[in-house]
Amino acid sequence: MEGPANTLTYLIAGFAVIFGIMLIYLVSLLSRWNNLRKDAELLKELEKKE
Amino acid sequence: MTAQPTTLKILTAVTVLMLAAATLMVILYAPLEAVMGQVQKVFYFHVASGWTGMLGFFVAFVAGIVYLITHKRIWDIVGVAGVEIGLVFMLICIITGSIWARPIWNTWWTWDPRLTTATIMELVYAAYLMLRQGVEDPDRRARFGAVYAIIGFLSVPLTFFSIRIFRTIHPVVIGGGDSDATGSFDMTAKMLQTFMFSLATFSVLFVTLLWHRIRMGKFADQLEQLKMKLLA
Repeated sequence: MEGPANTLTYLIAGFAVIFGIMLIYLVSLLSRWNNLRKDAELLKELEKKE
Repeated sequence: MTAQPTTLKILTAVTVLMLAAATLMVILYAPLEAVMGQVQKVFYFHVASGWTGMLGFFVAFVAGIVYLITHKRIWDIVGVAGVEIGLVFMLICIITGSIWARPIWNTWWTWDPRLTTATIMELVYAAYLMLRQGVEDPDRRARFGAVYAIIGFLSVPLTFFSIRIFRTIHPVVIGGGDSDATGSFDMTAKMLQTFMFSLATFSVLFVTLLWHRIRMGKFADQLEQLKMKLLA
């Protein structure tokens, strides 16, 4: 009797996509947070000058 | 912007642990499917991603309704957060589905009702984010976003029920599927436990990401208001 098909490569590809996309989203969130913090500092300085 | 609340820190830690546990369950605990082999294990996170994506769009739908009633900006922020997270997880769902389909259906893609409606849904919400960029006035943008999220939500039940109403080769795991479906399987107790745990994990992940994204949205909104004040 034949065993299950060997589809390990597809499983690895699937997990790479799942964690890869999640990681990209997390990096995008962190990067946007950092940009907002920089903007906030800049705006505070401008507010002080005024 | 105030520091991260302790509850959010705990929730983030719990999410990471749950995600690690779910991954280990999928790899080590869930049994190997007799015909499809290892690729069947993609199913646990594929369905959970689809669920999370639709949850995001549902949150945007509810936030849209609440915004139109209350006109409070926070609901616009919640709506955008829901759509953004929904898009990320729906993309994971579509791509992992395609990877699963290659060895099982012998093709990366077919214009099956489920695949077609899921793609339309993803594009509808991608357009939501793009079109918002074109509206300068924050109140108009929020109103537009709310109406769009409500109308766009029509694509969600259409996608969900597509495999239950139309003739399709996409398997229906819970409930009866089409006799033409290719890649169906009966879940054993261990498979069901892994599946339910994956769903719970992705639901917690959704709440955590939504909370983080809403905090960021509120911060961005405060800065936009400060900018307006300085420019005035």
